[in-house]
Amino acid sequence: MKLQLSDEDVAFRDEMRTFFTTQIPQDIRDTVTARRELSKDQIVRSMQAMNAAGIAVPNWPVEWGGKDWTPLQRHIWHEEMQLAGVMPPLAFNASMVGPVIAAFGSQEIKERFLPKTANLDIWWSQGFSEPDAGSDLASLRTTAVREGDEYVVNGQKTWTTLGQYGDWIFTLVRTDPNVKKQAGISFLLIDMTSPGLTVRPIELIDGGHEVNEVFFDNVRVPAENLVGEENKGWDYAKFLLGNERVGVAPVGSTKRTLAQAKEYAKTAGPGGTSLLDDPLVAAQIVELENDLLALELTALRVVANSADGKPHPASSVLKLQGTVLQQAVTELWVDLAGPNALATGAGDGSDVPDLARTATTNYLNYRKASIYGGSNEVQRQIIAGTILGLRG
Amino acid sequence: MDFTLDSEQTALRDAVRGLLGKAYGSSEDRRTVTKTDPGWDEKTWQRLAEMGALGLPFAEEDGGFGAGPVEVSIVAEEIGRVIAPEPYVEAVVLAGGLVAAAGTAEQRAEIIGALAEGTLVPAFAHTEAQGRYGQRAYAVTATKDGDAWTLSGVKEPVLGGARADLLVVSADVDGATALFLVQPDASGLTRTSYTTFDGGRAAHAAFDSTPATPLGEPGADQSAVIAQVVAAAQIAYGHESLGAMAFALETTTEYLKSRKQFGVPLMTFQALTFRAADMYVSLELARSTVTWATLVLLDADADATLEAASRAKLQVSKAGRHIGQEAIQLHGGIGMTAEYSVGHYTSRLTAIDHALGDGRYHLSALSETLDDHEVLEPLP
Ligand SMILES: Cc1cc2nc3c(=O)[nH]c(=O)nc-3n(C[C@H](O)[C@H](O)[C@H](O)COP(=O)(O)OP(=O)(O)OC[C@H]3O[C@@H](n4cnc5c(N)ncnc54)[C@H](O)[C@@H]3O)c2cc1C
Repeated sequence: MKLQLSDEDVAFRDEMRTFFTTQIPQDIRDTVTARRELSKDQIVRSMQAMNAAGIAVPNWPVEWGGKDWTPLQRHIWHEEMQLAGVMPPLAFNASMVGPVIAAFGSQEIKERFLPKTANLDIWWSQGFSEPDAGSDLASLRTTAVREGDEYVVNGQKTWTTLGQYGDWIFTLVRTDPNVKKQAGISFLLIDMTSPGLTVRPIELIDGGHEVNEVFFDNVRVPAENLVGEENKGWDYAKFLLGNERVGVAPVGSTKRTLAQAKEYAKTAGPGGTSLLDDPLVAAQIVELENDLLALELTALRVVANSADGKPHPASSVLKLQGTVLQQAVTELWVDLAGPNALATGAGDGSDVPDLARTATTNYLNYRKASIYGGSNEVQRQIIAGTILGLRG
Repeated sequence: MDFTLDSEQTALRDAVRGLLGKAYGSSEDRRTVTKTDPGWDEKTWQRLAEMGALGLPFAEEDGGFGAGPVEVSIVAEEIGRVIAPEPYVEAVVLAGGLVAAAGTAEQRAEIIGALAEGTLVPAFAHTEAQGRYGQRAYAVTATKDGDAWTLSGVKEPVLGGARADLLVVSADVDGATALFLVQPDASGLTRTSYTTFDGGRAAHAAFDSTPATPLGEPGADQSAVIAQVVAAAQIAYGHESLGAMAFALETTTEYLKSRKQFGVPLMTFQALTFRAADMYVSLELARSTVTWATLVLLDADADATLEAASRAKLQVSKAGRHIGQEAIQLHGGIGMTAEYSVGHYTSRLTAIDHALGDGRYHLSALSETLDDHEVLEPLP
């Protein structure tokens, strides 16, 4: 055991820190630290800046732009970007469909999609969930029927995050209705400009538009867009969801948001006094810092011990506790904003600080974090069942 | 001691529930209303007036109906059940309450009757962007010139401030906090309206040597009156929250029965039903505390009311967060959408939590009184 990073890792961290704090356009980092929504253009520019430096998709195979980094280095990369107020590369591209194509796609599909996916020339949407297939994803009903060298797709996906920007959507579709539900699913890539495909916005409780419904009405998809083998889609989905869970503890961004909250608190008291003098506020922030410390150390313990490729069992706490703390900090922000938390729609000329105006919409919006990517109930099931062996 | 409604009170509840149920039968109705200014429905307000709901807490000689806190609590709870956007607590209990408590007989006669009839909707301009919670005013100052008074400074966010037909404004007079009435067309008054996250409206209200009439005794410190009226409004907000929490729990319970995953209703999973049970525990504890606070208010002991209001607001803050967060979580994705109801309930509960002192503010206030008692005795 040893506390210090190796000299090599220290150099790596400094390199990452310099990159993220100097090479990502300032307007993007400002928007993130203002806790406002990034535009499509900002998300694209951010990922392209990383890709130009060869660090957008380090988790991919080296021949497709990945890096031979250790799990610890990948963790440092992820942390440094969040601390610098940089949005991680679009997850749909970088951690979902890219690795699946790289692992299971044909050479032709890899060449066709991977470079454009790494550079966000193609914006991917995730078409898994359906109205009646959420936690129970395998019960999905969208069908793809083979006709000659095409699939004809019918059905509906929902909760499609940023589907309004999507060029392509990777979907799970039912290709065999006559077998056990997991055994009849395929992984199909669909051009979102295809005739018969429509996207309808869903407004969320914070008033924002970030998810959509996607309808498929006799959408014809070339059979060559199938990834891997027909009816093996569930295996690929499990591989993808496994990746989705690794590194999902958003420690760096929560740390940054908490530090920012602490700074804000210094002048948020009556007449500009410091709320940190209020023992209740101080105690709450200390507890959050301590909880975050425990989470970060757990993440570090996991990356330091998963060198053999198998995830450390403690990795299962990362998503669960990561979202708990992410949500707790958004709630702290609303408390710090106090009566000003009401002023969400304030514009120019308002006396309410901008960070108080965005506090509550962020709080409401981040209720999503314990629902998507495997809800916190599903995470507890994994801990209870897979790790503790408690299967009722 | 009796925590139940009598037959007249039950009839009032049924009447208000009927009226609001018609106006806001679905959460889509509410969304439609909150989309355009002033964020609530003038016709529904008028119907509430016709039913007598707007005059309940005021004396008959002032133009009210001489009812009391229990009747107010009944209306507030029904407002909460459908999260009606009409400013019942804000205009009637708070702004109207200040006029009733601090105004001269002429001021009361002029304002209370019109408020009860629904023709005059006042707002309390008190919160300051740097002020947080409490009774004191700092950022708006009052200046006297002969018998005339003017106000200068900014109040923000003022709930319902732009639509208001009359502003009741707190202002600093040499370190004291006094109350003033400001007409909507007064010179030097600029009101900029914007939306609040719960579908409501708030305003940035700037006063620039704006003519104002003292409410009650000119220049006198009225922070004690403000504290009492705010306490009544906190308790009424507690009831509004109870209505909202009860509905959120009912909706969640229904959803656990009807939503199927893995081929079975969600209520098959005890991990979820026990969470609903915990929500019920929170709701009932809040209901007891808030109802108790209303009875303390009815007893009219000033200090006891302030304390009871803080205790109720603290309990509701905890319960509202718990129930609001869990209502969304137990629904999954659908709970996050604006088309579905529960997210709006969580929004409204959050807004009420942060108006008139949030949980932590009241926790701090109560901490100061910790050594005043050995044990808490709820009954006098
Ligand atoms: C903002 C947002 C963005 C999203 N983005 C995408 C996207 O881009 N692409 C995509 O495909 N999907 C996306 N999702 C969908 C997300 O993955 C689902 O919402 C999630 O799988 C839960 O499904 P559900 O909403 O149908 O809830 P349900 O499965 O109906 O669950 C309702 C509640 O019951 C709990 N529950 C369910 N089953 C059990 C059980 N067996 N035991 C205990 N508890 C249980 C759940 O945890 C939840 O609390 C997104 C969701 C949200 C909210």
